[in-house]
Amino acid sequence: MSSIYSEIILDYYRHPRNKGKLENPQIHARDSNPLCGDVIEIQMVLDGISKVKEVKYNGQGCAISQASASMLTEMIQGKTLEEIRKISKDDILSLIGGQLSAVRLKCALLSLKVMKTGLYSYLGSMETGKEEISGL
Amino acid sequence: MQKTIAYNVGKIREDFPILRRVINGKPLVYLDNAATTQKPEQVIETLDRYYREYNANIHRGIYKISEEATAAHEEARAKVARFINAGSPDEIVFVRGTTEAINLVAQTWGRSNIGLGDGIMLTEMEHHSNIVPWQLLAKEKTACLKYVGISDDGILLKNEFQQHLENDGVKLFSVTQVSNVLGTINPVRELVREAHKHHCHVLVDAAQSVPHMPVDVQDLDCDFLAFSGHKMCGPTGIGVLYAKKKLLVEMPPFHGGGEMIREVHQYEASWKEPPYKFEAGTVNIEGGIGLGSAVDYLTEIGTRNIRSHEKEVTAYALEQLGKVKGTTVYGPPDPQARGGVISFNLGDIHSHDMASLLDEDNIAVRSGQHCAQPLHERFGIPSSTRASFYLYNTEGEVDQLVTALRRAGEIFKI
Repeated sequence: MSSIYSEIILDYYRHPRNKGKLENPQIHARDSNPLCGDVIEIQMVLDGISKVKEVKYNGQGCAISQASASMLTEMIQGKTLEEIRKISKDDILSLIGGQLSAVRLKCALLSLKVMKTGLYSYLGSMETGKEEISGL
Repeated sequence: MQKTIAYNVGKIREDFPILRRVINGKPLVYLDNAATTQKPEQVIETLDRYYREYNANIHRGIYKISEEATAAHEEARAKVARFINAGSPDEIVFVRGTTEAINLVAQTWGRSNIGLGDGIMLTEMEHHSNIVPWQLLAKEKTACLKYVGISDDGILLKNEFQQHLENDGVKLFSVTQVSNVLGTINPVRELVREAHKHHCHVLVDAAQSVPHMPVDVQDLDCDFLAFSGHKMCGPTGIGVLYAKKKLLVEMPPFHGGGEMIREVHQYEASWKEPPYKFEAGTVNIEGGIGLGSAVDYLTEIGTRNIRSHEKEVTAYALEQLGKVKGTTVYGPPDPQARGGVISFNLGDIHSHDMASLLDEDNIAVRSGQHCAQPLHERFGIPSSTRASFYLYNTEGEVDQLVTALRRAGEIFKI
């Protein structure tokens, strides 16, 4: 059985991209996974009103949660808010590759949940976003 | 204690059908016994026979199978009483598990006996189930929680225990007999004797001791003792609160309902004698009977033999884990001073990643904080991986764990 812990995951875990903090981010959210204690915080500074100029994440936890957060930040850098709104669960899972158990799925998707929470709160449309977030 | 020649782990393993399970070509290596244990054929058959032959509500049916069920349930109570050497089966209250037993004491004895400014003493190695019920009570009564600290080796600091007893008006000391994280075996007998000198009652959380070693409540002289059926080869949803008869008589009821009453009128009711006073509603009949069967099983093998076997496996595991590069093991280094529980970390591998990696080899361990967050904070670690043994685990399984740990270390380049 091949391990879920591919070279790619470990590389992002050991050498995280976009880890840190930003000054005055317009989009900002933080959440934790009470089961594991994973914590993820995501901040974005926008270029104008609808494009991600810079994005950083911060947090602690397992390799799956931290690597997927780092991968997600790379994915959304330079994208429009409309584009990042469309990022799905499957997009994240295909980045990670391999099969995850139900418990570990929560680790993998925590950063997506945080990113969407921050995005919808910025857009002031929590109502429209709720459905999507609750599915994560 | 010398291990008897009669202890045959291979034969014991044959009693547990789940241990024959193979997933992805690999046998199940079950090392999460501090969470729950596997069930032997004997217990499974007892439950099966109950459902097939004499399922009926107890203490009320005037017909044959109800009488059989009642007799089996009460016989189970007597078996449990003998198992922990209680003075009488009346001192055995059937509850859902250790958690409910502790909550029962907090909400009945605690509410009647703990008042403003009184001290409730715990230790830094308690499970959440032996912390939160006391926080709730302390808040309600404006009482004070006092914690006995532990050394870096996971040993209780006796001077702190003594200081709290002497200075803090401590009315109750609630302590685990064996830590579910560190494995530390606390000197409960000695602690009870000292606490009693200061008119302090003692509750023993025996969830990790009764299944694994001889426990004699009269010898310990504890006031309350709690444990769970599913951690000792029995079903889930059944557990035991032992309390001295005198206390059970004085304590008010916990839940109100059928079965616990003597008479009910529109505006008042009177209670049955203990233990029934604390068993409202239809109890977990098959749970009690199943626990009785588990007690028979463990009695036949002998808790002394189980303890001796686990000590050997634990000593071997401590030695082998010590050889894995980058491993930190928590708790007392001496296997004599600990039960069959080993929590550890390997390099900077998060425990959830470790558990996933071990699962790839079909090795079941626990990861996280094991319901002991304050203890992990005490050691300054976010989480740990825990391997915990029982009567059916072998040194060969320890070898499989160690091989898998080395593989994890290689993958994470520790």
